Amino acid sequence: MQEAMIKRAVQLLADGTVNRVMGWKRGEFVYDITPAVFTTAEELEKDFVCDDFTQANLSKYLVKESRKEGKILAFLKPCDTYSFNQLVKEHRIIRENVYVIGIPGGPKLDIEKIKAKGITGILSVENENYTLKIETIYGTETMPFSEAVSGKCSGCKSKKHVAYDELIGDDGEVLDSNRFDMVAKLENMTSQERFDFWRGELSKCIRCNACRNVCPACTCENCVFDNPKSGIDQKAAADSFEEKMFHIIRAFHVAGRCTDCGECSRVCPQNIPLHLLNRKFIKDINELYGEYQAGADTTSRAPLNNYNADDCEPSVVHERGVE
Amino acid sequence: MLKISADRLNDLFNRIASEQTLYIPVDREPNTAEYRKYEDGMKLSESLNTVRSAKDFFFPQTENLAEFKVEGKNIEIKDIREESGDFVVFGVRACDARSFSILDKVFLSEPVDSFYKNRREHGTIITMACTRPSETCFCTAFGIDPTAPEGDVAVFADGENYFFLDRTEKGKKFIESVADMLEDGDTSKLEEVKEKTREIMKKLPLAGLGTDSFGGDKLNELFNSPKWAELSESCLGCGTCTFVCPTCQCYDIRDFNTGNGIRRFRCWDSCMYSDFTKMAHGNPRLSQLERFRQRFMHKLVYFPANNDGEFGCVGCGRCLSRCPVSLNIVKVMKTLEVKE
Amino acid sequence: MQVNENFKPVIVAFCCNWCSYAGADLSGTNRLNYPANVKIIRVPCSCRVNPMFILRAFQKGADGVIICGCHPGDCHYTSGNYFTRRRITLLYSMLDFLGIERKRTRLEWVSAAEGAKFASVMEQFVSDVQKLGPNRRLEDLRCRKQ
Repeated sequence: MQEAMIKRAVQLLADGTVNRVMGWKRGEFVYDITPAVFTTAEELEKDFVCDDFTQANLSKYLVKESRKEGKILAFLKPCDTYSFNQLVKEHRIIRENVYVIGIPGGPKLDIEKIKAKGITGILSVENENYTLKIETIYGTETMPFSEAVSGKCSGCKSKKHVAYDELIGDDGEVLDSNRFDMVAKLENMTSQERFDFWRGELSKCIRCNACRNVCPACTCENCVFDNPKSGIDQKAAADSFEEKMFHIIRAFHVAGRCTDCGECSRVCPQNIPLHLLNRKFIKDINELYGEYQAGADTTSRAPLNNYNADDCEPSVVHERGVE
Repeated sequence: MLKISADRLNDLFNRIASEQTLYIPVDREPNTAEYRKYEDGMKLSESLNTVRSAKDFFFPQTENLAEFKVEGKNIEIKDIREESGDFVVFGVRACDARSFSILDKVFLSEPVDSFYKNRREHGTIITMACTRPSETCFCTAFGIDPTAPEGDVAVFADGENYFFLDRTEKGKKFIESVADMLEDGDTSKLEEVKEKTREIMKKLPLAGLGTDSFGGDKLNELFNSPKWAELSESCLGCGTCTFVCPTCQCYDIRDFNTGNGIRRFRCWDSCMYSDFTKMAHGNPRLSQLERFRQRFMHKLVYFPANNDGEFGCVGCGRCLSRCPVSLNIVKVMKTLEVKE
Repeated sequence: MQVNENFKPVIVAFCCNWCSYAGADLSGTNRLNYPANVKIIRVPCSCRVNPMFILRAFQKGADGVIICGCHPGDCHYTSGNYFTRRRITLLYSMLDFLGIERKRTRLEWVSAAEGAKFASVMEQFVSDVQKLGPNRRLEDLRCRKQ
């Protein structure tokens, strides 16, 4: 796959279709891969990588990149194409300036899940028939591939590319996922249990803003939390209230626009399951206002920019589930 | 050397905790350790290090400074600092232990930060030698020996016993206070363990990382390097690296209207943020390139320039494992390095 | 649940200028009583209420927040309250999801002619919040009245 991608990218660079390539760059270890822009065939051949660890969603970088001189080639996984489409819809990405090649998606691996097994000093990770063979300074370890699958891939919603100029590999289908299970589980808890769950999770927050800055839906040039004129700017949660405020407002600002790409939870250094907040909104929108998948198209009206005269009243919140 | 057998470690913890507050690293999830206030039965984490660094004990993320109350034309200023009680931090690694001496240079030089000083004076640091370094470790590049950590007391484990070595006056007093629980032990096996760890350190992927290209005298060539543009390109501008870093010490001072008065507090800040050091005229570093450069220039050039050549990094590897896009000081150093 | 009779909840009511604020006015001119704990904030339209306002109210000491607007279809700006309805439904649902007591939040449609409804809604809401006791799950400790 990687060779085919490099070959095609080199071709497109050579024939002048694009002048840059957005992809992933090899790091110091097998897993520390950085999104990068490549401009020459040599760079691509030396450092371009696409493997089990290339999780990062490249769409958000295209907001900036599509405003530069010339056309850029971007390799997008199915989930990334949803983010891409949503950004095109919001006029954040200039579509004409991007040449999209759809590539098959995950499941990708999360190095943290490997390290959680106590495996350290990792030198290489090989996938042999869905058993991971991990070479470390302390010897060779093995573990099943499935146990190291990234959280963002385990609830995969779709293998279908919703935007592309060409494909490498096959296109897939929208999947029946179990991604709302955890939300439903929380909904069925008592309000005290839910409160305790979230207090435990959100109190871990260090307000590093990684979730916000990586989020393809968070593309405001000046976030309310950074803007002294907003009256709510804050750099750290000085009280547990501010932890909740930040995460409620952030989830709300992307409600109806979040494609559920899972980047927020992937990057959280404290492993807070932030995607659950977004999924709660998605689940509510689906149940109350009809099925809606942000990024599936570039024309539909977002649920929060829309209404029906016979929408339900907020009292539904007070009537359903467990108090 | 004085020792205690591994199965009696919790007895020692109970004893320490009965006299002062004790913090130990505990696994929240596998490989995700955090310092917690010790309670009976807590298990010492086997993770190499905590996700957040140990700087929190002396330089917490938010700290109240003062409260103002306005009545008529009078302003009453109340000092609302919390005086720290005596506490012990157990299990600090060599890298974090060195970070305290770096923070000391900032907070204990004139004008002395009395909040930091107060905590520092009340804290006893018990460090623990590493036996299973990770691929992200590069403390040796900054002259740190993970098998001989600094701190008030250094603890060494050989699998069966924990050995205690005092390194300061405070540490000596601490060991005396628990001496009745310790006994003399044979350190021959310990030396083997140390030797093995040193061998592993030499084999780590980052073992050869050099610092010769950096330092206070390399300001112009590094600042003007064209490589910053490419390096900083994918930086998200979040503060993860800063907030997990044991040596990052920038903070912001803010006022909050509580409705009962004004609360002045300080909180960590990050040079990666767009509103960092924002002044009346605006922001001095407008692009992410400048902000990214600032962070690494501070650690590799400005800090050594002002502190006798000591770098502002301890090689703990936290930024290597936590950066959302895997950008980190090692990649910066390797890219900017002048190869002979 | 034990109800603290001495507890006087602070209620913030965001009222739309065209209907609910006039409704509150009408209940006054009709000499109808409603609890004095209700602090009214007038907004041009219920859809002016940013979710942040609601959180801010809780932060600064509110025990309950109610939003009052024109009946659906009667919005002075044609469709403002339809947007309010979706937005506030989702927000309240999220607060509930985070374990904040659901009876601390409410939305009611009160027209300019419904002075009596305004008074009875407030009466009911205050009594619901009274039963819940002070807001502890979404408060900012720094703002607690000393």
